[in-house]
Amino acid sequence: MSDVKVANDATSADDWPLWEVFIRARQGLSHKHAGSLHAPDAEMAIQNARDIYTRRREGESLWVVRSTDIIASDPDDKESLFEPAEAKIYRHPTFYTVPDEVECL
Amino acid sequence: MAGAPDGSDPLFEYLLRLGDNGLILGHRLSEWCGHGPVLEEDIALSNVALDLIGQATLWLGKAAEVEGRGRDADDLAFKRDILDWRNCLLVEQPNGDFAVTIARQFLFDCYHHALLETLVEAREPGVAAIAAKAIKEVVYHRRHSGEWLIRLGDGTEESHRRAQAAVDQLWGYTHELFAGDDLDRAVAALGIGVDPMALKPAWDAMVTPVLGEATLRRPDDDWSVSGGRQGVHSEHLGYILAEMQFLPRAYPDATW
Repeated sequence: MSDVKVANDATSADDWPLWEVFIRARQGLSHKHAGSLHAPDAEMAIQNARDIYTRRREGESLWVVRSTDIIASDPDDKESLFEPAEAKIYRHPTFYTVPDEVECL
Repeated sequence: MAGAPDGSDPLFEYLLRLGDNGLILGHRLSEWCGHGPVLEEDIALSNVALDLIGQATLWLGKAAEVEGRGRDADDLAFKRDILDWRNCLLVEQPNGDFAVTIARQFLFDCYHHALLETLVEAREPGVAAIAAKAIKEVVYHRRHSGEWLIRLGDGTEESHRRAQAAVDQLWGYTHELFAGDDLDRAVAALGIGVDPMALKPAWDAMVTPVLGEATLRRPDDDWSVSGGRQGVHSEHLGYILAEMQFLPRAYPDATW
């Protein structure tokens, strides 16, 4: 239980690491970010996520990830990262004629 | 109050024991609501409280049905006096510090889990159905309280000291969980209940490894208190009932 060491130094939730919670609502869907919480280690993070985010049958699978382990893109890079895609509408499949018979696309 | 000694249905009395455990422990845990050590745990304890109160509603509803005297679960919850309560003494013990609450919960959860594992096989379909619904919740309760006890016991010097004190302080109340009486044996013989003595090995198998991992010493079995399941309670239950029953007694038929 090497994770328990994290709890050893903790005196309140302020000292506990932050975890991001992802929930898969049902089979076939992907996990979606639901929110965050504090927990001393991974096991308690899963339990806290269960108690806080799945009380109303929101899901059937949980992921928790230490918030510090998430690498986020820099907001200052927004232009260079995302704007070039705006001018490339041909990347959307909007130039095909869909036959009437196709119901699910 | 009707009970087995006066010749009424032993199942009624047995269902009171099941329901009262849940209702009193649920009420105790609800006292933490808004006072939990951290927000996440506040919600976790409230969830457990709601599970137990929900189970109590089912058990007491079934008890009222078995009794067949026109009472319902609310009547049994809010209009019975202290001597008519059949919960074990463990669940009425005060919350104490967080370690006491967790230790009390863990010791009870292991018993509860072992009990429900047997009751899902009960010959009475209503009992088996309630047990089957409740056991899913209780498996989680046990996981939660067990993981906490490990972290408290194997945590800081202070948390270890408090966890050991909590287990020591509550251990004497655990013997009552397994002290079967004539009523237990009567319902066990009917295949609708269980002689609690039979649950002890399963309880030990759940409790011992967690105490070990928590680096907590298993207390000596040198004292025990019992009587709750027969209606002889500690003074604590009176205060719980006073709070729990005040509103429906002061304002009968109040709705909100």
